[in-house]
Amino acid sequence: MIKYLLRRLGYGIAVLVGVNLLTFFLFFSVNTPDDMARLNIGGKRVTQEQIEKWKTERGYDKPLYYDAAQAGSQKFTHTILWERSISLMLLDFGRSDARQAVNIGHEVKVRMGVSLQLAVPLFVLQVIVSTAFALLLVFFRHTRIDFWGVVLCVLMLSISSLFYIIVGQYFFSRLLRLVPIGGYEPGLDAIKFLALPIVLSLLSRLGGEARLYRAMFLEEVGKDYVRTARAKGLSEPVVLFRHVLRNALIPIITSAGSYLPYVFLGSLVFESFFGIPGLGAFIIEAISGQDFAIVRTMVFLGAALYVASNALIDLAYTWVDPRVRLS
Amino acid sequence: MSSFKIVVLWTDVALWAMFAALLGYLLRILRQPHVRVTWARVLRDAASCCAGVVLLLFMAVTLLDSLHFRRALDGAEGAGATGQQFYSTRTESLLDLLLVRQVAMRETSYSAPLAYQGFNKDNISEGGEVRRDYPRLQFGGAHLRLPAEQWAGDVLGRALRGLAWGLLAVLLLGLAMTAALAAGHGGWRRALQDLLRDRTHYPLRAVLLTLAVTALLSGPSIALMDHYHVFGTDRTGNDVLYQALKSIRTAFVIGALSTLATLPLALVLGILAGYFKGWVDELIQYLYTLLTSVPNVLLIAACVLMVQVFLDKNPDLFETGVERADLKMFLLCLILGVTGWATLCRLIRGETLKLRELDYVQAATAFGVGPLRIMWRHIVPNVMHLVLITTVLSFSDLILYEAVLTYVGVGVDPGMNSFGGMINLARAEMSRDPLVWWSFAAAFGFMVSLVLAANLFADGVRDAFDPRARSLRPRVLGLAKTRKA
Repeated sequence: MIKYLLRRLGYGIAVLVGVNLLTFFLFFSVNTPDDMARLNIGGKRVTQEQIEKWKTERGYDKPLYYDAAQAGSQKFTHTILWERSISLMLLDFGRSDARQAVNIGHEVKVRMGVSLQLAVPLFVLQVIVSTAFALLLVFFRHTRIDFWGVVLCVLMLSISSLFYIIVGQYFFSRLLRLVPIGGYEPGLDAIKFLALPIVLSLLSRLGGEARLYRAMFLEEVGKDYVRTARAKGLSEPVVLFRHVLRNALIPIITSAGSYLPYVFLGSLVFESFFGIPGLGAFIIEAISGQDFAIVRTMVFLGAALYVASNALIDLAYTWVDPRVRLS
Repeated sequence: MSSFKIVVLWTDVALWAMFAALLGYLLRILRQPHVRVTWARVLRDAASCCAGVVLLLFMAVTLLDSLHFRRALDGAEGAGATGQQFYSTRTESLLDLLLVRQVAMRETSYSAPLAYQGFNKDNISEGGEVRRDYPRLQFGGAHLRLPAEQWAGDVLGRALRGLAWGLLAVLLLGLAMTAALAAGHGGWRRALQDLLRDRTHYPLRAVLLTLAVTALLSGPSIALMDHYHVFGTDRTGNDVLYQALKSIRTAFVIGALSTLATLPLALVLGILAGYFKGWVDELIQYLYTLLTSVPNVLLIAACVLMVQVFLDKNPDLFETGVERADLKMFLLCLILGVTGWATLCRLIRGETLKLRELDYVQAATAFGVGPLRIMWRHIVPNVMHLVLITTVLSFSDLILYEAVLTYVGVGVDPGMNSFGGMINLARAEMSRDPLVWWSFAAAFGFMVSLVLAANLFADGVRDAFDPRARSLRPRVLGLAKTRKA
């Protein structure tokens, strides 16, 4: 077990190093710090002096990979690659490129809390609702309910989430005036701002998820132990809830677990549509403002969350199925 | 002197190449009996057949919109001092030629569907007197002299005429189908009866119904669109129907080319990893873990930001704005391909691991056949069904993804018509009072029918090529009708 975890950790670190190298290559080699400076300062005529000043302020005035002017190991450590990688690995994200006043680490901490308020209830509700809907369809398999349920799923997953948002906002916020159209307030007041995004997000994913879960349940329903259970005289609900559901947990965990990084990173579209100041909105702002420091940080953070959630999923396997041994 | 210059855009080349490849694949299907049988299964499923018809219609629009040219400028402004011919900066396509009237019917601002007057009140000066009223549209309903009285009758009359033409087309189609069936079904009467009662080998009645719905919807639209804006106009007065039709190509390009772009990497790396195992496998697994570990939108955003800088630095790669937007979209497809191959690669790796242990591969190895040849002859054909299923399944996902990416700001060029762009504008329009709903409705209608058709077709293909998926298909016991020849 310990050995497995250590190996897992090593692999995770290797992935993070790779992601870091990849983003570094994308952000510093494909487009040099000079380009970034020009883009960020803006305007037609940008003097070399301005560029140098911009680079010095942000610590980009060093060679990228190798500094021949330095002695010994400083040849490698006195470079942008080394400094940026080390600071990222130590979770010191530095400051935004475009607005020096913005401390990325602080922003991430504050905004992740907001994102979690939206994403945690959503995550829990999504698993419950999709499972319930899928179980319903499986319970009524070979009937019209199942058929039309699947048709509904296909229809729902063919509609872009943007449509759900626009229609939902129009209907619930403008016509019925049940909830505000957007915005956010900390504390308990947040509920009225978060209710609509949660419901709409749930709806927009329900079609795909429910269909997937239905397939997993049907796979299990065809197995021998289910026939045995029925032969023992168990009722259909007991078979479904006690036997099928429990055995289908592993694929459900796999599929739900793939959302885990996004629970922390927040939903880009929903947060920006509803004006919720979470991490997703932060990312959108950074992309539209071409703020490379923030995008780079978020890529790294996303990868770290992915590695962590994969480890969590593995641990969850051992918990739901004692036969699974980590080694 | 009205000549023109053909403009070859990147995505045009790619689309036509893909079309040629599809035709090639079709010929191959016809020659290989076992693949033909599987495809016949797709065709015998009513839902996927109808979806296929809809997809073909969308594809026809896409291909029409993929032949671009620029008109030569006439006279003094066209011919420079050196006798050099200059061309208009506007790039047009064959679709634009067909819709030339809709392009020309440009109003000044919003107007509701089929309206004859503007959506917003404006100052109108009439004989020195200024009053505030809804202005008449420049083109929509411009032929009416007394619009208030004539409008309803005119619209209804035109719509009915269009409907009649549509009905005629449907009848002709039905007749053609009956004629084709007549020989095999013992006479015209029997053929017609079988067609109407859905007793044909292929679900022809469903196909006829799909075509009928299309004809009955497009008949009135075509009849009306020369004199009215069927889906209204947007903020700058452009016809919304025209925009929706142009957006089809964008969606198609993103869906098809990005999927295609994933194939080489996924196929080559997946087979290499599965066949050689060992360190090759480890390396390739590391590569795709790397890619999947970064949230997709972020990775794409990072790449697109880089492409933006690249395009800004090399302005001589393109001549007009359209070419720039097109190159950007082409690169976006490549990015989507390079960032999205992991899923398929993992599937192919797993399948190859299984295949390489099979007897015929072992036998080939024992005979001294080289690894390259084994992979090409024995493994590639046997993972093709996975490739096919994944390709058709991801097509619709990518169309949906395009809208989100365009919303986030890393999608297609804002100057290019796309569903994402339309939704983005519609978002502001939906918060206006009174409501401007038609852009949104048009984008919704076209996009949902495209994606739904793609999804249904993909399901049909998956059911036909993957026996396990077939058992998951919802069936109503007792109602299940088996189609007999």
